Amino acid sequence: MQADPDIILAATGICKSFPGARALDTIDFTLRRGEVHALLGENGAGKSTLIKCLTGAYHRDEGTILLDNSAVDPRNTLDAQNMGIGTVYQEVNLLPNLTIAENIYLNRQPRRFGFTATGVMNRMAADLLSQYGLDLDVTAALGSCSVAVQQVVAIARAVDLSGKVLILDEPTASLDAQEVEMLFRIVRQLKARGLGIVFITHFLEQVYAVSDRITVLRNGRLVGVRDTAALPRKDLVAMMLGRELETEVEAGAKRNDAAGKVRYRFSGYGKGGKIEPFDMEVREGEVIGIAGLLGSGRTETAEVLFGAVRADKGTAEIDGQAVTLNSPRAAIRHGFGFCPEDRKIDGIVGDLSVRENIVLALQARRGWSRPLSRAEQDRLADRYIKALDIRTSDREKPIRLLSGGNQQKAILGRWLATDPNFMILDEPTRGIDVGAHAEIIRLIEELCAKGMSLVVISSELEELVVYSSRVVVLRDRRHVAELSGDEITTSHIVNAIASAESPAS
Amino acid sequence: MIRTVQQLALRLLPQVIALAIVLAMIAAVFPGFFSFSFQNGRLYGSIIDILNRGAPVALLAIGMTVVIATKGIDLSVGAVMAICGAVAAASATHGNPLVVTLALALATGIVCGIWNGFLVAVLDIQPIIATLVLMVAGRGIAQLVTEGAILTFNDEGLIFIGGGAFGGLPMPVVIWIVFGIAITALVRRTALGMLIEAIGINRRASTLSGIQTPVLLIAAYTLSGLCAAIAGVIAAADIRGADANNAGLWLELDAILAVVVGGTSLLGGRFSIAASLLGAMIIQAINTGILLSGFPPEFNLIIKAVIIVVILVVQSPKIRTISSFFARPARQNGGER
Amino acid sequence: MKPKYLPLAATIAIFILAYAVCALQYPAMLSTRVVGNLLTDNAFLGIAAVGMTFVILSGGIDLSIGSVIAFTGVFLAVVLEHTSIHPLAAFVLVLAITTVFGMIMGAIIHYLEMPPFIVTLAGMFLARGMAFVLSIDSIPIKHPFYATMKSFYYKLPGGGRITLIGGLMLLVFIAGMVLAHRTRFGTNVYALGGGTQTSRLMGVPVARTTILIYALSGFLAGLSGIVFSLYTSAGYSLAAVGVELDAIAAVVIGGTLLTGGAGFVGGTLVGLLIQGLIQTYITFDGSLSSWWTKILIGLLLFVFILMQKLILYLSRKKAG
Repeated sequence: MQADPDIILAATGICKSFPGARALDTIDFTLRRGEVHALLGENGAGKSTLIKCLTGAYHRDEGTILLDNSAVDPRNTLDAQNMGIGTVYQEVNLLPNLTIAENIYLNRQPRRFGFTATGVMNRMAADLLSQYGLDLDVTAALGSCSVAVQQVVAIARAVDLSGKVLILDEPTASLDAQEVEMLFRIVRQLKARGLGIVFITHFLEQVYAVSDRITVLRNGRLVGVRDTAALPRKDLVAMMLGRELETEVEAGAKRNDAAGKVRYRFSGYGKGGKIEPFDMEVREGEVIGIAGLLGSGRTETAEVLFGAVRADKGTAEIDGQAVTLNSPRAAIRHGFGFCPEDRKIDGIVGDLSVRENIVLALQARRGWSRPLSRAEQDRLADRYIKALDIRTSDREKPIRLLSGGNQQKAILGRWLATDPNFMILDEPTRGIDVGAHAEIIRLIEELCAKGMSLVVISSELEELVVYSSRVVVLRDRRHVAELSGDEITTSHIVNAIASAESPAS
Repeated sequence: MIRTVQQLALRLLPQVIALAIVLAMIAAVFPGFFSFSFQNGRLYGSIIDILNRGAPVALLAIGMTVVIATKGIDLSVGAVMAICGAVAAASATHGNPLVVTLALALATGIVCGIWNGFLVAVLDIQPIIATLVLMVAGRGIAQLVTEGAILTFNDEGLIFIGGGAFGGLPMPVVIWIVFGIAITALVRRTALGMLIEAIGINRRASTLSGIQTPVLLIAAYTLSGLCAAIAGVIAAADIRGADANNAGLWLELDAILAVVVGGTSLLGGRFSIAASLLGAMIIQAINTGILLSGFPPEFNLIIKAVIIVVILVVQSPKIRTISSFFARPARQNGGER
Repeated sequence: MKPKYLPLAATIAIFILAYAVCALQYPAMLSTRVVGNLLTDNAFLGIAAVGMTFVILSGGIDLSIGSVIAFTGVFLAVVLEHTSIHPLAAFVLVLAITTVFGMIMGAIIHYLEMPPFIVTLAGMFLARGMAFVLSIDSIPIKHPFYATMKSFYYKLPGGGRITLIGGLMLLVFIAGMVLAHRTRFGTNVYALGGGTQTSRLMGVPVARTTILIYALSGFLAGLSGIVFSLYTSAGYSLAAVGVELDAIAAVVIGGTLLTGGAGFVGGTLVGLLIQGLIQTYITFDGSLSSWWTKILIGLLLFVFILMQKLILYLSRKKAG
């Protein structure tokens, strides 16, 4: 590797595998002094794994990391921090119960006669923050500040500790437009100081507003590195979602829109701070696809529909009757089912057996006093293990021991056992192997053909095109477009996701 | 069906072996240990004594098991025992008929349980903190009921519950065994057991599956309160009086210990009431054994401490990671309980 | 006012209000004699509560302190009865034992990743058991040095006395405040209460801090045991049962969050004085029964837990 004085951080051939998955496959990444380098990709693309390898939170399997042209091998994040690589995360990794000054100087407080010199520390903290244009009471608890201020404090701390490379991992996810602007002012200021800044975000406007170069990852592989100015937005979305725009995928036999009658109607439905009010109609026997980048309000839409997050605006109707869906239980009573995006946290009950996980929702709906007999449970479990081809040695195996795809199928089985009319699937095919992937898509089509109504969220646009009769596109927590019929093509979806600045920022 | 029985046997095996070892050790030191005699229509003997004296902890352990399965804990049971014992004694000295007395005492326990459940399920206060309130205030409330004195009574019916016999067995033994079977049947013959385990393992996923999490949480603490009430009545009946200061003192810790010895994880999830009852008997057998074998009873606490340390080490997540590294293939089947 | 001072302010307001009510009814309660006794009578509890404050601030709990107090008392009584060791040497010895005892519990909690509740429960049984093994009788301590120490006091105007142990408690509180708010260790304790994982990422030496916290609690429980033996002039293995509960109550009523991370050592002193005040009032009243103490303390606990829940809820609402 040539010693280029302009390059502050150079990672070459980084590989990282986890049991059963290759998370990073020979990734190269270079960061120059005084540049903001956006690192982009969908969930599971390998962004965070790469960052964790750079900061020592994970140990890479292969590859070299050069910092200021000397090879480094940080053992943990503290080590990386001391070498000069500081990181600021979306969920601020500071202590909300300590004061701002204490957070900045934790474990390196100025001391006099062995005692913390609080006055000195507070003055130092105030001086440090004033460089960032913040005039704050540094003795206030960090938790009492806005998230934006907390982010700035985290940045100030990281820069003060490290000072060469600053990694910003989705720092803007919960900030409003004005706060983002303040953050960007600071980012530009640090850039002018010569720091190398890695910026991870899923807001494309922000990428174009602040970054100089872009690296895109997908499925653990490097898709490309481009200069921001020379990369049209549409091409960027295509890079991220893996659609070569030439090879257009179009659904062959799209179901006719008029196939079924409208069964579910949500009008002005929404929840303040989560998802802007939207209108949605779902017919019998159709799949509504939901597309959008991460953080665009996809999961929030699903949770509001299912009552997991209580809607505070709008009305819901089933077959023309107004209904209240203020809890999952209420939604389930109306024949709803929901496969959540995060299987481990929201889906499986890890220590319970596959059988118990499958019968759980049905049993919950029947109530505790009307137990399913063991024979019935066995029959249900066997039926869905067979129908969904859940690979398990035994229906009594704790579900946590199954692979992701099989866990996903078991949760699908849990809902199918309740014989639902309306299913919401949030990323049903994420993180599962190719075989299971195809089976789940086939299953979606089957269910739809049987007259079930489905809402499917997916970042796999090809999938959406295949099975959706309409696709709703989300951006910035808002439903911005609805495509139907011949409009449903990957390029149309990409266009809708990428189009125009949103008025918010 | 055969399979279920096999699983149950496998689940209870460690506790049965531990109990057998304890009993064998006592018998080695004290040869007459297993002898029984039958007098005045009831059995006497050391084994019966263990079953009898272990009754309060066994009863508390039933409720505690269910509460711990939901990933909770109930520190207030000792104090609730004192309150309910006091209520029973006060009612008996008032001359109320036995049915009224029992109804009052049990209702008091249920109210205490609902209070705890309300704090945990509705106000979302950590169980250890929520139940601390009643643990601190409870003895004061019990003293309020007894007006500070040891309230003695002569109600024959009530005394029979502590000292009488039924079918040759002391009443407390009959009560905890029958109640234990009844609650086991309740949770295992209905879907309660599975739903409670689901809540303890993953509360969020359970709620998303439509389980009425708050209702079941309140029910678990209510059961614990009811168990404490029964234990309180037995403790009072045993001494024919309510001692607000000492009734059930530190028994919450013994009950938690019984559950832990019974192999139910403090982190919630899979539970076995039968195993907890065996755990309670192991603890009582050690108590009795030390008493019989002439060791000073002081050693009891040290032995309890050692038991906790051993269980801690065995259950420690760190140790588990290490041992599962060596025993990975075996765990595939061993994971079932 | 900053929200973190709210619980402390509430505690102080309750104390002042309660004292005013008491003084209106019984003006004698204003006398320095009552104040002096309040300090002396609660000295051992106060010292132990300082240790408990650190443990709770870090998000833990220590159930062993009552037993450690009893063990210390019995140990001192036995050693002074059977050997000719000077009490001061015995104090050093017993403090070393209780400190190491705390360190071991801290190490088990940290390295075996076990909940403090269970580990210190084992410690509680073990310490009480060791006390029993040493002696099951109440052993009087007749060493002349004890009498000397008891004769030290500072006379307040109005006849009240700040005894040696009362004064020691105040010193421990002052030292505790300095340690909590003026040292890196103190900030690390708060950091652990804010989140162990985050603390580790921010460079807090988690293992060392955890072990030191429980060592401190063990040391202070030992010191409390010494004070208790001075106060009662005896060692008894059944003494100080449930002191851990009183200490937890003092900490929580003093405005410290039971889940850790927020609170003040000084608040614990006020919490302790509120408890003492309730008892003193009941003694003055004569017709009120002692159980009202427990009920009132339980009620106060509940109020403070609710208040903290509310503050947490409001601050979350504000932030997000």
